[in-house]
Amino acid sequence: MSTPAAASGKPQARADQPKPAGGKEKIAIGDRFRLWWNSLSRPTQWAVGVPFIILLALLPVVRPPGISTVGTDFGGVMAQFGMIALIAIGLNVVVGQTGLLDLGYVGFYAVGAYTVGLLTSPDSPWNQTGDGGWLSAKWAWLAVLPIAVAITAISGLILGTPTLRLRGDYLAIVTLGFGEIVRLLADNLDTLTRGGQGLSQVAYPRLGESDTAMNGVFAAGYSNGGNINNGVWWFWLSLLLIVLVLLGVGNLERSRVGRSWVAIREDEDAAEIMGVPTFRFKLWAFVIGAGIGGLSGALYAGQVQFVVPTNFNVINSMLFLCAVVLGGQGNKLGVILGAFIVVYLPNYFLGRTEFLWWNINGNAIADYKYLFFGLALIVLMIFRPQGLIPVRQKLMTYGRQIWLAARGKRTKFDDNPAGSDKPGSTAAAEVSR
Amino acid sequence: MTYDREMREEGLDSNAPGLTGDDDEANSGPAPSGYGQIPDEPVDVDVTAVDPSLADPEHVAEVVAPQREIRTAEGAPLMRMEHVTMKFGGLVALDDVSFDIKRGEILGLIGPNGAGKTTCFNTMTGVYRPTEGQVVFDGRVLGKLKRNEITRAGIARTFQNIRLFNEMTALENVAVGTDARHKTSVPGALFRTTRHRDEERDAIDRGMALLEFVGIGERATEKAKNLPYGDQRRLEIARALATEPKLLCLDEPAAGFNPAEKSALMDLIRKIRDDGYTVLLIEHDMRLVMGVTDRIVVLEFGRMIAEGLPDEIRDNEQVIAAYLGVPDDESA
Repeated sequence: MSTPAAASGKPQARADQPKPAGGKEKIAIGDRFRLWWNSLSRPTQWAVGVPFIILLALLPVVRPPGISTVGTDFGGVMAQFGMIALIAIGLNVVVGQTGLLDLGYVGFYAVGAYTVGLLTSPDSPWNQTGDGGWLSAKWAWLAVLPIAVAITAISGLILGTPTLRLRGDYLAIVTLGFGEIVRLLADNLDTLTRGGQGLSQVAYPRLGESDTAMNGVFAAGYSNGGNINNGVWWFWLSLLLIVLVLLGVGNLERSRVGRSWVAIREDEDAAEIMGVPTFRFKLWAFVIGAGIGGLSGALYAGQVQFVVPTNFNVINSMLFLCAVVLGGQGNKLGVILGAFIVVYLPNYFLGRTEFLWWNINGNAIADYKYLFFGLALIVLMIFRPQGLIPVRQKLMTYGRQIWLAARGKRTKFDDNPAGSDKPGSTAAAEVSR
Repeated sequence: MTYDREMREEGLDSNAPGLTGDDDEANSGPAPSGYGQIPDEPVDVDVTAVDPSLADPEHVAEVVAPQREIRTAEGAPLMRMEHVTMKFGGLVALDDVSFDIKRGEILGLIGPNGAGKTTCFNTMTGVYRPTEGQVVFDGRVLGKLKRNEITRAGIARTFQNIRLFNEMTALENVAVGTDARHKTSVPGALFRTTRHRDEERDAIDRGMALLEFVGIGERATEKAKNLPYGDQRRLEIARALATEPKLLCLDEPAAGFNPAEKSALMDLIRKIRDDGYTVLLIEHDMRLVMGVTDRIVVLEFGRMIAEGLPDEIRDNEQVIAAYLGVPDDESA
């Protein structure tokens, strides 16, 4: 943490103050964004946040040239972003907040997707949508969604109970194994999952059915004639779920649970000696993370209507982790930005032949995305190890009032000329939020 | 209760000697690392803006530990070490150690390096389970309790090398301590139940009160890692007190302190005792131990060689021999 914090912890001023001479150092854009966001009052945050979400939702409808993708459908890319963003939020609870390195997170994604697939695909022996099944074709996906989340959460419990006694590297190895086991099971249980052939015709929400859209707006191939296709609808659905999940995770963060998670991340022994039931809260983090991963998996299964083991390779786990680390471990908005980068950039270059004033082979760049993400991570670790938007979680429900009360005094201190020759304190305090 | 306006004014509102270093020292030479950040005038966060009732010192004292119920009577043994032996493989770290900690006293545990002080301490706080013998605390045998359960049973400790949650603010650190008495789990926090909201208020009330109590209230919203060394030590004590302990164990709290800071720490420890806590103090510094403790237990090579009042210990030949060695002619 020390490099950039130290760099930006030097005397610097807020936007409304003249910079002290000689101490002029750059403050990273992520920090600047966070400072600005935290300085807003709660209603202002809503007033900024809601229009921003609406703008984001309208992005695939407007499809501004230069931002829109050329090689693939932009709506589909945004839908994929929504799902990876959900995953990043879930993985962030485990890795960013609680500090448990989970390399097999794709396993939960697969469990969620396969739960939907097994219960609703006609290819599956457990299909419940046909004759004698207890799922009506119309509501099958929505009904299975909570089941998928519950089963994934239980799988998190089953994995967590024995393995969360391990720490650090050992936990990473075991979770890596879990991810592979889930994929290999899906690949080899031929009678159940049809192995590599996959399960097709998975259910999806049949909403908005009409003469022009026989199977509703979420069906593959739907388009309103303009820019709104099924991908856009899936993006909107995942955006709604993201907002709900963020509210839930935010409530957890600003409570005893979030404090316990961060305490465990910071120093597990000290946390336990301070009365934190560490095992119980680690398990909760695992279960909640798993549930969110399963939710995303269920979305994925519904969108592509097809689940196959190769979609759940270990490399996907790394990609998810990359999104979390890139965006800023522990920061909910940061990891969403990370997910956007991880999904959007390869798709942006796909099919592109020129970028700015260069002629490029966009497909090749997209093919080498893992190479570029690897390089990006190395560069990030050198210059900004805490991620693009680093963490500053608020861990108390009424912490904001305290922070504002304290900040009021701090501002006074800032203006105090006697304090200006010892500027480290305020600047550091400023950045530390 | 001893938490009164005077104390607070001494601790916060003036530049009286405190753990943050007193003025003369701060100005007379290069300040230790981190001390450059101390403002000339202490900046007092207006806690009353958050909770007006915190302006009342009486209320602060009440608020610090509202739920503590101690079965042991004042002056009776709160913790009994009963023939505790601790072996690591062939090494006997503690050999049949028995002593009591009486409720309301400050007990010093001293001994030369390697005498088994920290082992003894870890046995008491549940980090180790004794090989033989048992530890009885407030009428309960600390046999198979987990470490977090021991904390909730009423034993809190600080660490020899500071172990705060660095990325959390001072107040959040203390809030983790208060959470030891809270019961909200995931469902409660998710749906923000009444209990959750009550407990959050309790965390802030008691947290702020404790930070004021140890004298770092104005730094409540600073990250723990940005606090000066002395304030970090104080914060550790506040965090331990937040668990509402019956027994507070301090593991070399004065390590790395200068004399002025040590005397301020002695005042704080006395203040904690006067507030109804029992204190176990492990310390190297003889002057601090002699000055603050009511009774002293001396360990050497895992055995207890003396127990008594500070004055008795000072004159005890065995103790002097343990610390200074025995002259050749006498040992021959």
